[in-house]
This record gives sequence, C-alpha cells and structure tokens, in this order.
Amino acid sequence: MVVQSRVAGPERVRTPTFIIRPSSGWRFLDFRELWAFRELIYFLTWRDIKVRYKQTAIGVVWAVLQPLAMMLVFTLFFGRLARVPSEGIPYPLFAYAGLLPWQLFSRAITESTNSLVTDQRLITRVYFPRIIVPLSTTLAALVDFAIAAALLAILMARYGIVPGVAALWLPLFLLLMVVTALGLGFWLSALNVEFRDVMYVVPFLNQFWLFVTPVVYSSTLVPEQWRVLYGLNPMAGVVEGFRWALLGVGPGPSPMLLASSLVAIALFLSGIVWFRGREQTFADAIGAGGR
Amino acid sequence: MSDVAIRAVDLSKCYRIGERHRPRALREVLTTALHAPLRAAVRLVGASRAVIDEGASQGFIWALKNATFEVRPGDVVGVIGRNGAGKSTVLRILSRITDPTEGYAEVRGRVGSLLEVGTGFHSELTGRENIFLNGAILGMTRREIERKFDEIVAFAEVDRFIDTPVKFYSSGMYVRLAFAVAAHLEPEILLVDEVLAVGDAAFQRKCLGKMDDAARQGRTVLFVSHQMNSIRRLCNRCVWLDAGRVRMAGATADVVGAYEAGFAGRRPEAGERTVDGNIHARFLDWEILDPPAEPPNMLTTAGPVTFRVSVQVNAPIRHGVHGIALWNAERQLMWGWAAYGLSLEPGLHQFVYALPSLPLKPGAYSWHVSLSHDGSLLDEWNCVPDLVIATDPVTHPRDEWSGILNLPCRFRVDL
Repeated sequence: MVVQSRVAGPERVRTPTFIIRPSSGWRFLDFRELWAFRELIYFLTWRDIKVRYKQTAIGVVWAVLQPLAMMLVFTLFFGRLARVPSEGIPYPLFAYAGLLPWQLFSRAITESTNSLVTDQRLITRVYFPRIIVPLSTTLAALVDFAIAAALLAILMARYGIVPGVAALWLPLFLLLMVVTALGLGFWLSALNVEFRDVMYVVPFLNQFWLFVTPVVYSSTLVPEQWRVLYGLNPMAGVVEGFRWALLGVGPGPSPMLLASSLVAIALFLSGIVWFRGREQTFADAIGAGGR
Repeated sequence: MSDVAIRAVDLSKCYRIGERHRPRALREVLTTALHAPLRAAVRLVGASRAVIDEGASQGFIWALKNATFEVRPGDVVGVIGRNGAGKSTVLRILSRITDPTEGYAEVRGRVGSLLEVGTGFHSELTGRENIFLNGAILGMTRREIERKFDEIVAFAEVDRFIDTPVKFYSSGMYVRLAFAVAAHLEPEILLVDEVLAVGDAAFQRKCLGKMDDAARQGRTVLFVSHQMNSIRRLCNRCVWLDAGRVRMAGATADVVGAYEAGFAGRRPEAGERTVDGNIHARFLDWEILDPPAEPPNMLTTAGPVTFRVSVQVNAPIRHGVHGIALWNAERQLMWGWAAYGLSLEPGLHQFVYALPSLPLKPGAYSWHVSLSHDGSLLDEWNCVPDLVIATDPVTHPRDEWSGILNLPCRFRVDL
C-alpha cells in the first residue's frame, strides 16, 4: 500500500488525503510517519516495561538478578574450574561486562520474535507503522539493560577499575548493540508471523549464539587469522567493543570489529526492507481478527 | 473532488482460502518448494500477484470484487450485507489494516477506526493507564487524552475504580470504559463495526447518542451492522454488499428496503430487470408456482415444489445451455444443474422446474441462472428476491451438528 500525503493548498493540514492501493516495490523507513506516531512508540514501550514486572514479588530486581546469577555460574565453572583466561581482570567483572550487552540482545530477539503475534489484536484492528511493535519491544529491553548496567558500575568500583579514554567509544558500541538487536528483531518478528517455527528456533539459537560470542571467553583465544571470520557474528564485535571501551581489554578497533559492524548494519537495513515489504500481509497472515 | 470524503474505485481483495486462519508451517513451504521451486520462491519473495492469477480457480476467494462507491463528507453510511459479503473487508482496507489486491481508495481526512472496542487494553494495567494506552493506539495525542480524561471517566461511570487494574472490572465496566475512549476519538472519518451490540440497553442508548453527536458535528461515519434498526436510525445512506460486490447504494430507506425484501419476501420495485430490444436474451423474474406462496419467493414446506424463471428471448437460440445453481447465505453451493441443446424462438419463455423435495434449513438462499447460445453467454442472473425457506427446523439442536439439510426423518427402534 502506498500512502501519499498530497499537498493540496491551504487546507492541507486539516484534511490529509490518502490513496490506498495495492502495495508494491521496496520500501524503507518512513521517518515522517514514525515521528507522527512517536507517542505510540512511547506508550507501547511504557506498557512493555510496566507489564513485565507486574505481579512479581521482587519486580525490577529481576533485571539485575538474571545477569548476576549467570555471572556467578560462569565464574564458578569457566573462571574457577576451567580457568578460562580473562585478560588480566577479575573473571566476574570480565563475564558481567560481556553478559550485559548479551542479555539485552538475547531478550530483545526473544521478545521481538513474538511481539507481532502477541499484539495481533492491534495488528488486525488498528493501523500504525507495524515496525513500532518490535522497535518498542527492544526499547523496553534497554531499560533492563540500564538497570543491570548500574551493577556493572558498582562492580567496577569494587574492583577499582576506572575506564580510560576508550570509554568515549562507548556510545558507538551501544548504538552497534541496538542496531544488531533491532536488525535481527525485525527479521525474526516478520518471519514469525508467517512461520511460527521461528519461535521454536529462537531459544535454541540463543543458546548456540552465546557460545560463538566472546562472553565467557575472550576473542583473543581465536587464532589471529580467523578473527575476521569470527567477527561475522555481529555480537562478537558488540561484546568485545563494549568490554574494550569500559575495561580496556581485548582487541579494540580491529578488522574483526569492522566485520561485525558491517554485518550489523547489513542485518539492520535488510531487516527494515524485509519487514516493510511484508507488513501489509501481517493482518491477513496473523488471522484471528476477521470479524 | 472536494465533495468526496471516500472514493473507492474497483476495490478488490483476494484471500487464499484458509490464509487468514492458519499460519503457514515452514514444512509446508519447503514441501511446496520441492514440488514447484519457482512458484514457492515467487511467493516467498512476496510477488504474489502471479500466484493469485494462477490459483484463481483453486483455493482463492475474492472477499471483495470491484467495489466502487463514494461517500460525501458528513454522510453517515450504513454498510449492510450478509455474513461474508465483504463488509468487514471494506473497513479493514479503508482503515489501512490490510491492503487491497486491486483497485484503490481515496480518503480525505483523518480516519479513526472502531473495529472492536478495547483494542490494546491490557488487563494488568489500571483504568487510567489503559485510557492513555488505548487512546494512543486509536491515534489520539497525549494532550488530547488529558483534555478529555475526565469526560471519558464520567461517560464510562468507572470513576471509583480508575486506579484499579482492569482485570478486576466487571465485563460491563470494561466495555463501558473501552467504548468511552473510542467514543471520544474525533477523526474526520469514523469507521465503526457493530460495536453498538455491547452493554445493556441504557448504555446502548448512550452509545447511539454519541454516534448521533458525531454525525451532527459533520463527521463522516461508515457503520457496519446487521441491525437494521440501528442502520435506519443512524444512517442517511447505505451501501449493500453482496458476495463482495456492491449490489446497491443510495438512500437508507431504499437500500434497506430492498435488502430486507430478500428476507421478508417483498418483491423489489420493478426496473431492476428491463427488456431491451437489442439484448439477445434476458432473465426477468422468478416465482414459486406450487405450493401457492405468498410472498411468491417463500417456501413453507420441504416440497414438492414447482417454480418458474421467466426469460425474454429476442433472437433465436440454438444449442442453448441453461444452467441453474442454488447457493446458501454462506455462498455454499447447494445444488447445480444444466439443460443442454435448447432451441428457443423469440418470445417470453418460462423455465419451469418441478422438484420432488427441497429439504433445506430455514434461511435465505439465492438462485443463480444463466443462458448461453452457441457457447457464448447471453445472460446470467443472481435471482432477486432471494428464496426464503420458512419451514420449521427438524435438525440437531446444536449448530455444529445440524448440517445443511432439513430432513424430516422418521426413526424407530426395531427388535
């Protein structure tokens, strides 16, 4: 469907004219429309945050408890027993700094995958840019990330580690993290509308992906000549970049990081195009909303 | 151009049968891919047009076909028709939930749709929170919601519970709150789908009043309903959809009258089928001859039944084929038959059918007749009025076991 806002003289603001016709061609983001719907983005994000910890006894503490518990398990098994090297910084801190972006990614893709199906009542009854659904899911996951990040600050203070100049890169790596999560979120949510198989694949994908990402180990364990190939996993770049910016360990800006960034951007752009190309079929494919 | 709020031109929507109700399993696509790699690839990429054309005869239905109509600003237009006639599809396309397969619609003004009240309500959130969430979903700005907040709460009569999660609301409170938010939406064009069927009588009156207000403020309303009373009361114009096509559009009294004629048996005013000397042949009307019926399209027994279809023939017909089909309201084919090798001289002919029995369940059915000459179609007609079966049902009381026939069976137990 193509919607054209036709400029029609002075009454243009009051009565926009839409042409509704069969959809065709490739489409990218309609930024003007997203801006017009910014309050909906806000409210859906707010809803996701609000609803997530309703009727839980400890509420938002879960946001910290989950990465903390994983850190303890990893420290015990990989740090103590397997003695995985951690670049000369305490293993708990090393693992937690990796878990932080990993958890955001993992939560974002898990929840994005189901987001369109969960919100099928909206999709089948109201018009709005569909991309807002996985977008606000990921934004809500960022709130958990921010809360869990507070614990990282405490850990760093506890171990007496002060970030260096590299910390100036942090915003860039945060952006890379969000772009990766969104890109995959767009792909998976759109695919899940048509193929519900996706929601069974994602939990498995999550576990598998964790081990090809340098969370419990450092990417310096990977032989030099394979690093670029390893960097094709965009999360490798995100996690290593994050750790490098904050703790000053790991490879830092490198061909591996470049590879990760390029893959992340490609995922993001192709995710948008795929999503936008399929979104007109969502209401019909999800069904249930007929009458 | 400026005196039109909505202009729909040849609006059509094609569904793959089952598509709306069944998410595709990957396995199915892979299997298809093995059998027909190219077609599957085309479908996966989304260039579905070719596939639709190819599959037109098998497994695709047109929920809407070439619907053309116009709505003027300030009109309150009722959209009527039987189940599956395409009413909801029209609203879904105009509210941009789904796109048309063919044709286009021009819409002037902000569109607000009310396809079901309470869209996006979350049971864990409080009444207050849901007002803001639901308002945003329906397209209101936060400032707009804040301005109308007190009014909404008062309309819904839930002020004491506004900070209680809606999961603790009674169903009446829930519906009232949901409708209250929707009722305070102020778009130029409002699409409404049968939401007035909710709540108790007092609340329904309140809702009707709110719709009246919208109309009086000059807003354009498209209203889908099965309740002819509400349609008559609210709408000044009507569009009657039948099997995805616009059967009639015009003033409410005319359209609803003609629509009800199909059920109640009043014969619509003449003029629908006129004879034109240039036309080779034309079906004119039909009626039940035996048993004597009043009105002549109502059958009160399970048969035998004799009926006739009259056809005006203006030029000789050779190797003629006449087909007849009987559909139920859900467009299921009940019966079809054809006569071959007809030779007809010019004049008014009666095709008389004598059926030993017609054991159908009570309801409205429609005849479809066609006539061709030497392989070319001369005329086909969805007979008006509908055949109305007004017998007593003698089937299983539960819908899912009642079937389509109304057989008066005799049953006994032998030793």
